[in-house]
Amino acid sequence: MTLMQNAITAAPLLSVQGLTKRYGARIGCAGVGFDLYPGEVLGIVGESGSGKSTLLSCLAGHQRPDEGRILFDGADVLAFSEAERRRLLRGDWAYVHQNPRDGLRMGVSAGGNVGERLMAVGARNYAAIRESATDWLGRVEIAADRIDDRPSAFSGGMQQRLQIARNLVTGPRLVFMDEPTGGLDVSVQARLLDLLRGLVRDLGLSVVIVTHDLAVVRLLADRLMVMKSGRVVECGLTDQVLDDPQHAYTQLLVSSVLQV
Amino acid sequence: MTDQAYNFAYLDEQTKRMIRRALLKALAIPGYQVPFASREMPMPYGWGTGGVQVTAACLTPEDRLKVIDQGADDTTNAVSIRRFFQRTAGVETTERTTDATVIQTRHRIPEQPLAEGQILVYQVPIPEPLRFLEPRETETRKMHELEEYGLMHVKLYEDIARHGEIATAYAYPVRVEGRYVMDPSPIPKFDNPKLAGNPAIQLFGAGREARIHAVPPYSDVVSLDFEDHPFAASKADHECDLCGSAGSYLDEVITDDRGTRMFVCSDTDFCASRQAQGHRGRLSPQGATP
Ligand SMILES: Nc1ncnc2c1ncn2[C@@H]1O[C@H](COP(=O)(O)OP(=O)(O)OP(=O)(O)O)[C@@H](O)[C@H]1O
Ligand SMILES: [Mg+2]
Repeated sequence: MTLMQNAITAAPLLSVQGLTKRYGARIGCAGVGFDLYPGEVLGIVGESGSGKSTLLSCLAGHQRPDEGRILFDGADVLAFSEAERRRLLRGDWAYVHQNPRDGLRMGVSAGGNVGERLMAVGARNYAAIRESATDWLGRVEIAADRIDDRPSAFSGGMQQRLQIARNLVTGPRLVFMDEPTGGLDVSVQARLLDLLRGLVRDLGLSVVIVTHDLAVVRLLADRLMVMKSGRVVECGLTDQVLDDPQHAYTQLLVSSVLQV
Repeated sequence: MTDQAYNFAYLDEQTKRMIRRALLKALAIPGYQVPFASREMPMPYGWGTGGVQVTAACLTPEDRLKVIDQGADDTTNAVSIRRFFQRTAGVETTERTTDATVIQTRHRIPEQPLAEGQILVYQVPIPEPLRFLEPRETETRKMHELEEYGLMHVKLYEDIARHGEIATAYAYPVRVEGRYVMDPSPIPKFDNPKLAGNPAIQLFGAGREARIHAVPPYSDVVSLDFEDHPFAASKADHECDLCGSAGSYLDEVITDDRGTRMFVCSDTDFCASRQAQGHRGRLSPQGATP
């Protein structure tokens, strides 16, 4: 169990304490805390409006939380300057949006989309950039001869795979994903999920993934956090939480999925 | 004769002071786009209102002004701007690059190397080099602030992917003094090397966008490229048919209905000076030099 070993030997990659974000009087998320160890996948589930996206956007630095601490590799991320934060976002961190249009440049070719992060961190050799892009398109099962096509010519599933390639090309140490399989039809979802699982396993990615699909969680997540009304109501190893839910809300969530 | 209905060089003194402050700031931060309160000018946007305002703020009664459009002194645009300053500032004008103290230009840098003390004023349509891929102004400003210029290379990457080479031929992006990435206005990339180490002061005015940027004398100006697709200052592979110059930027001119072409220097003063010195081209009346 590498996971267990990691948990014992390594320091957490991401450590979150007391994270709270309010929208006026309404609570986005409140008092959220967890540790994510290197190579671990943390799933966040909960019904619509439970605060999953709010939490993820605070973690990824898209919004500033009102309270709490976020330590990445021991560094206090909320104390970073904007320049440092943006450097993190295009280097060590990656963010996969639910809607690929939000995470892709639709006017730029697939190759340019994948190459952008490389160029952002200083790659200046065209042939090498192109080779990496080709390699990454292959890894997300996009044919090499589509490299010069724009994402607008791609299906929804291909766009999402392209977004994933674009994010992973720089070997980020931490990947945030907000409903990466949402908005796709079921057969496409299954294929994408398979692909994600392969990448997570092969690359040993550390991931925080938001979803309301328990099948996604079952397949990808080592650990699971269940949210309701902005708070974490249950947290534990995925299989444990799903097979033996303690909190009434989790029980409801699990049983409602089983009925589908 | 100066038209007495106007202040010297048309703009009022307060406006000129405001523009000069922007110019000084632009010179102090090479390549940085300084906002200024662009004024309505008695000519439409796209006719060089930014350049005209910068020229107006720079001119003194002792100046000798040259105005070129695509290298030529005799196009409608160049002639009307020259007349405008003759009328409103009463300054001397010239077509000779070496004699001019201020040169307003659209789309070219003169072939004749410039000297210390000269000012080259560019007319700029779109000052933001990142605009092409990032339309949000707040975001492009942030990218400049944080030197996030990867996107410029995405544009060049797209060029090579589509055309097999960097096809950007005009407004080729440069980095100034190792800091700001700048759009040098739509000059041909052939002119890019002249931006660097130039003894003259280079000022860029964008009227509609209300931005001024500048390259101080002897600045380091580098055209962006890839290691394996290095920048090349290309031009038509011909000699000028009138003066025989092999090293100047050429316009291709169709001379009759059958599509007969000739190549001539786009810099009319440069070409005329060479002809006056006895240089001849393929189609010169006296025939080519032996
Ligand atoms: N920008 C905002 N302004 C005001 N309230 C917001 C904003 N974004 C979210 N909220 C509120 O915060 C709470 C949490 O919303 P959030 O979007 O984080 O939930 P979610 O779990 O991601 O839901 P979904 O599954 O529908 O995506 C909800 O009550 C929501 O209405
Ligand atoms: Mg959400």
